[in-house]
Amino acid sequence: MEKRLINKLLFISILVFLLSPILAFSQLGGQIHGNFQTDVYLYGEDSLIGALKPSHKVGIMGYANFIYELENFSAGLRYEAYLNTPEGIDPRYDGQGIPYRFLQYSKDNYKIVVGNFYEQFGNGLVLRSYEDKTLGIDNSIDGILAHFSPTKGIMFKGLAGKQRFFWDKGAGIVRGIDGEVNMSELIKVFKSANLTFGASVVSKYEADLDPIYKLPENVLAFSDRISFSYKNFVFQSEYVFKYNDPSSDNNFIYQNGEALLFITSYTTKGFGIVTQTKSLYNMSFRSSRTANLNNLSINYIPAISKTQSYSLASMYPYASQSNGETGFQADIFFKIPKKTKIGGKYGTNISLNFSYVNSIKKTPISDTILIGQSGTLGYNAELFTFGDELYYRDFNVEVSKKFSKHLKTIFMFQNLFYNYKVLRGKMGENVFANLGVADITYRINYNNTIKTQLQALFTEQDYGDWAMGLLQYTFKRKWFVVFMDQYNYGNKDDKKRVHYYNFALGYTKGSGRIQLGYGKQREGMLCVGGVCREVPAMYGFTLSASVSF
Amino acid sequence: MKKIVLLFFLISFTFFLKAQNVPSVEIKTLNGLMFNTDSINRMNKPVVLSFWATWCVPCIKELSAISDNYDDWKEEADFEVIAVSIDDSRSASRVAPFVNGRGWQFRVFLDPNQNFKRAMNIVNVPHTFLLDKNGKIVWQHTSYTDGDEEYLFELIKKLNSGEEINK
Repeated sequence: MEKRLINKLLFISILVFLLSPILAFSQLGGQIHGNFQTDVYLYGEDSLIGALKPSHKVGIMGYANFIYELENFSAGLRYEAYLNTPEGIDPRYDGQGIPYRFLQYSKDNYKIVVGNFYEQFGNGLVLRSYEDKTLGIDNSIDGILAHFSPTKGIMFKGLAGKQRFFWDKGAGIVRGIDGEVNMSELIKVFKSANLTFGASVVSKYEADLDPIYKLPENVLAFSDRISFSYKNFVFQSEYVFKYNDPSSDNNFIYQNGEALLFITSYTTKGFGIVTQTKSLYNMSFRSSRTANLNNLSINYIPAISKTQSYSLASMYPYASQSNGETGFQADIFFKIPKKTKIGGKYGTNISLNFSYVNSIKKTPISDTILIGQSGTLGYNAELFTFGDELYYRDFNVEVSKKFSKHLKTIFMFQNLFYNYKVLRGKMGENVFANLGVADITYRINYNNTIKTQLQALFTEQDYGDWAMGLLQYTFKRKWFVVFMDQYNYGNKDDKKRVHYYNFALGYTKGSGRIQLGYGKQREGMLCVGGVCREVPAMYGFTLSASVSF
Repeated sequence: MKKIVLLFFLISFTFFLKAQNVPSVEIKTLNGLMFNTDSINRMNKPVVLSFWATWCVPCIKELSAISDNYDDWKEEADFEVIAVSIDDSRSASRVAPFVNGRGWQFRVFLDPNQNFKRAMNIVNVPHTFLLDKNGKIVWQHTSYTDGDEEYLFELIKKLNSGEEINK
């Protein structure tokens, strides 16, 4: 008995000792904040849609961030748990722990970080570490990062580290520096003009243990960029060169990689236009030669297409092809002014988008070597050439009109071409589709709102035609119920003309949100901001909750 | 024993729980100039800080609703609206034409690698904060329902008249 008491006292004193730094911090002041998010799936089986019930029955994913800040100092960590990893996310996440923690000190003109960090150079074409939990992406760098600005308008960044790979780190070391000079901050001559130059050098090191090939252990990539704006006109460009980097992505060829991006835009009140032109080949850049999917990417290749928001419109999304593509995109935004005949009381917003992506032209390096043959240069390619294959084409128009304080509408039409084989990486017919969306919100009174969505997708290929309806009722401002049905009425196989219904009840207050759902989810691609992962069909219950504090 | 552990954590946490300021993060203006978010703390008036993206339909609804009321509200109260786009390099260049095309009058910034979003502990957009004139977060809300902007404006008026906001 006495022994237990001593043990208890001992335990308490250890606890006090362990907590004393926290208590000491709290005496100093500072603030702590963070967030919490969890998703729970209870799986059922539905053989018709291909939803399987895993042996563990339940998938749970959750994380919490804590950040402590005291004047110029901050420290943070993220605890994550995958018990078991929800279906569709890489099961190598199974487990729990603290994969992300950092210490940071920043003062007037510099910042240092040790631990995990996220960083981007320029447009990310040469380096971008970021995270997206819904896609299971986290390529945070664990190492050291420094920012230094000797004077306003000049910024230098330097970093070194290893990237996160599930609960481990990738084999390679990433090292990089970046500099950016803003001329208009330095020389205040032209008030309406702005000129910025930037350059980055990124190198990775990975030991060569390959039994067949002699592989480069150090791979260097560099980029330069320029941004010029005058009044309402903007021109931006970035060029990247990457030395040979044989990897499983490019089938172990020794060709170099190149990318070039142009952006021009012009805007004035009530009108905006932007064009993006991009061409690249052999630009996969990872800190492990054998990594695939969304793992261990050092760079980020922005897709030249609009990120679609509506569920049927995101059924055939474009994803960048790092082995080669040439693409163009234009967007026009304008507002028909209010108090005109078409504009109505509030004005009508119209946006047009057109995107076109093609393969790049690759020619054999000799008569005896096939294009892309392992252990060779692979092919010859030049930027802004067109190969034989169309990858993606999308034309869409969106009209958004508010009729009154009560009634708001959005209408969307889309016509697309989707190269199934290239974008899904498996056999299948290319998809031509037309799509229409009507999104209508009717606000009954301050506390009650009804939202409906009607969508239809017409195609001869893949799953055939779809219709979708959604009804959401928000009451007391905080509660909502949603009923949604996606009906695959045009499936060539009669038996697969399935209703993918979903029912959800949710509650939001302040920064918190909780939602309980039940229903079926079709297999397909889930994309956030242009990066995608394949999700299997699912049937069952879901619970998700999140809060920021 | 578990209770004691819990108690200790609770005590240590209560020391931290107080209104939070906007942390210092480098974001960009639509012209590509650096902007340190620390200066949001020194605006000396209530600030609506809203995180959004060009692909987020409810975000656009919320900011359009604020934009529709902007002139009227400005006559009644002294405040600032700051909209931070989390569009990454795929769509960041669409932000300025989008904003001008819609005729939004408030200031818009770019957070292409979501460093500011992370520092503000945001899980999903839309996520909107209301800061008092000292830069303290007095209210925040995630997701958008039609009419939320009216409640937000009530809070702005309360801040203007020096009232406390009960979360």
